[in-house]
Amino acid sequence: MSNLTEGFAAAFRLLFGFDADLWEIIILSLEVNFAAVVLSCLIGLPLGGALAVYRFRGRKAVIVLVNALMGLPPVVVGLLVYLVLSRSGPLGSLNILFTPGAMVIAQAILVTPIVTALTRQIIENLWQDYREQLTSLGSSRRRAIPTLLWDGRTAVLTAILAGFGRAAAEVGAVIIVGGNIAHHTRTMTTAIALETGRGNLALALGLGIVLVTLAILLNAAAWMVRERSMPETALIAANR
Amino acid sequence: MEAPSILPLALENISLRHDGQQILDRINMLVARRRTTVVLGPNGAGKSMLLKVAHGLIEPDSGAVRWSGLPGAAAHARQAMVFQKPVLLNRSVLANIVHAVRLQGVARAKAVHRAHTALDYVGLGDMAVRPARSLSGGEQQRLSFARAWARDPEVLFLDEPTASLDPAASWSIEQIIVELRREGRTAILSTHDLAMARRLADDLVFLHRGRALEAGSAEQLFADPKTPELAAFLKGELHW
Amino acid sequence: MVRAIGAFLLAAAITASAPSLAETIRVASTTSTEASGLFDHLLPRFTAATGIRVRVIAVGTGQAIRLARRGDADVLLVHHRPSEEAFVREGYGLRRHPLMHNDFVIVGPASDPAGIRGSNDAIAAFRKIRGAKAMFLSRGDDSGTHRRERSLWRETGTAPSERSGWYREIGAGMGRTLNTAAAMPAYTLVDHGTWLSFGNRGPLRLLVEGDRRLRNPYGVIAVDPKRHPHVRAKAALRFVAWLVSAAGQRAIGSFRIGGRMLFHPAARPAGSRVAAE
Repeated sequence: MSNLTEGFAAAFRLLFGFDADLWEIIILSLEVNFAAVVLSCLIGLPLGGALAVYRFRGRKAVIVLVNALMGLPPVVVGLLVYLVLSRSGPLGSLNILFTPGAMVIAQAILVTPIVTALTRQIIENLWQDYREQLTSLGSSRRRAIPTLLWDGRTAVLTAILAGFGRAAAEVGAVIIVGGNIAHHTRTMTTAIALETGRGNLALALGLGIVLVTLAILLNAAAWMVRERSMPETALIAANR
Repeated sequence: MEAPSILPLALENISLRHDGQQILDRINMLVARRRTTVVLGPNGAGKSMLLKVAHGLIEPDSGAVRWSGLPGAAAHARQAMVFQKPVLLNRSVLANIVHAVRLQGVARAKAVHRAHTALDYVGLGDMAVRPARSLSGGEQQRLSFARAWARDPEVLFLDEPTASLDPAASWSIEQIIVELRREGRTAILSTHDLAMARRLADDLVFLHRGRALEAGSAEQLFADPKTPELAAFLKGELHW
Repeated sequence: MVRAIGAFLLAAAITASAPSLAETIRVASTTSTEASGLFDHLLPRFTAATGIRVRVIAVGTGQAIRLARRGDADVLLVHHRPSEEAFVREGYGLRRHPLMHNDFVIVGPASDPAGIRGSNDAIAAFRKIRGAKAMFLSRGDDSGTHRRERSLWRETGTAPSERSGWYREIGAGMGRTLNTAAAMPAYTLVDHGTWLSFGNRGPLRLLVEGDRRLRNPYGVIAVDPKRHPHVRAKAALRFVAWLVSAAGQRAIGSFRIGGRMLFHPAARPAGSRVAAE
């Protein structure tokens, strides 16, 4: 119980004391998470769209695979990326192990299946409704993908946020490929793991509260962007 | 309208089965230039399917759709279709039309100009910035007509365009159909509404359980039905 | 698409490698040194003296050695002498330098069901724990502490098996092991530094310390550039040389928590030997 109250007190001190180390960690975490999500979207949005509108042999198997990969254990991904990026691994010469770049790659591998699978589901539902109309307008399947992605942007944004949540919450992969190096690859989650290891449970909990607060702020911001870009939801409500 | 005509349209021996049911059964049909052809029949006769096959949205099991001279793809660009339930993109009224025009390879500025003209054409000129889905049912269907018209089609497929509308909205849609004919466009209209068929049809095809029982000039068929089915339908006694 | 991703990765790689214009070395080390705060104390002093930046990857001794073997670190700083000597013998490292030592202690519940409090004989204490079948929590993670604990058990005559019920392997770092031991509660072996800086002791108390067999020596080894040509051998050797120099040893000795010295300088006073390598 006292740990809980101390946790909230610690979170308060951390955030409003503008602790330089903490802000460094927050900024690095956001950068890594953001880069990983952008990379995942570059792959996952078109791939999910393609899986939704194209029909080919083995499509179902690919969908099942992508859905299954949503549950990839971060530790396994971390280990695989470590082995690949290690100096003795195939991409060792890139020399990006234990850097933020390695963490971005590991998280992108975790997030891409989420973005892909959720996008596929969203776009496939839309495609059922839009297929005849878009075909009538002369839109090819390929040309339809960006149209559908934009039309499903509310749901797609939710899929992206789900991916961001996965990236922000995971510790297993980044701690292996990043090394939790102070001032270099220490993120919110690896710092929480470290402080838990030090027995500083209140501080660890405080960091956790900061992390949750950031997640709430980010989602609130996304929500406001959505409201602003799509006033029709409000208008429809007014019409009814 | 200066481009070479894609008409007449000939449907040759079109058959289509779906879920074990014969939807269309050896249909032959000829559509002439600058006339409004009404495909008349009770619900479930296969009217929508016939229009979609002619428009190239559905591949028939057997038979051929022949456009005069031009191969299918080139002919498709000169057609447009309005569906019973309008499928509008989740964006502004104007953007819906711009999207459709841009699919024809028209530059953005020109597409915007054309979209404004199209909105004036259907009387939605002051609704350009409204989200499409905040419009009433009748306005949405008028937007569908504006979108079809903006593509400057020679042939329009109109699939029960007033079936889900109230009388006032239906009336405004009928005015648009009359105007389309005055411009020299060819419409193929499916309906089960006898009164509407009488008002709009130049030619008539009577469809019953997937078979074209009668075809010819509307005047003649209304005056002198050859089959008991059409006779019953004209008396309001045939419901399926 | 593909080009965009390629550009992105390239950009990521460039940003990642940009700070290394100022020379940076990687040290594979143990959780005990990191968690106690020793590196936070030492590294700013070293960087100020040399301009070389140090990044510490703190894992268990076993994993740290594997990292260094694969060439993913420039310096190895761990605490399990036999493994360190094997590392050098097998050609992965240059010379092993004794750096410092602290000591292990046995901690356990304040109620002390095995009655070991106050003893300074670790082997006798372990025998009593086994005799009482009192709960004992083992790191079980192939760390230096784990290896030491196993060798202490072997000295009692028989090593306990996980199936015995009272002996549990957790497979975790020191911190999580202490957190778990505090919750069970159970006895466990911990290095003194981590224990002093650990904030969640709960019912755990320090029960046994001072046995010569509980001494915990740390060694430092630069990875051999003949084995891994990409390592920053020069900077690594400067780091090793500084650590064992009078200045480095003073810095180690001046690291205190609550007024207590956590790591005792142990290098022989001849830093020149390192520089000669």
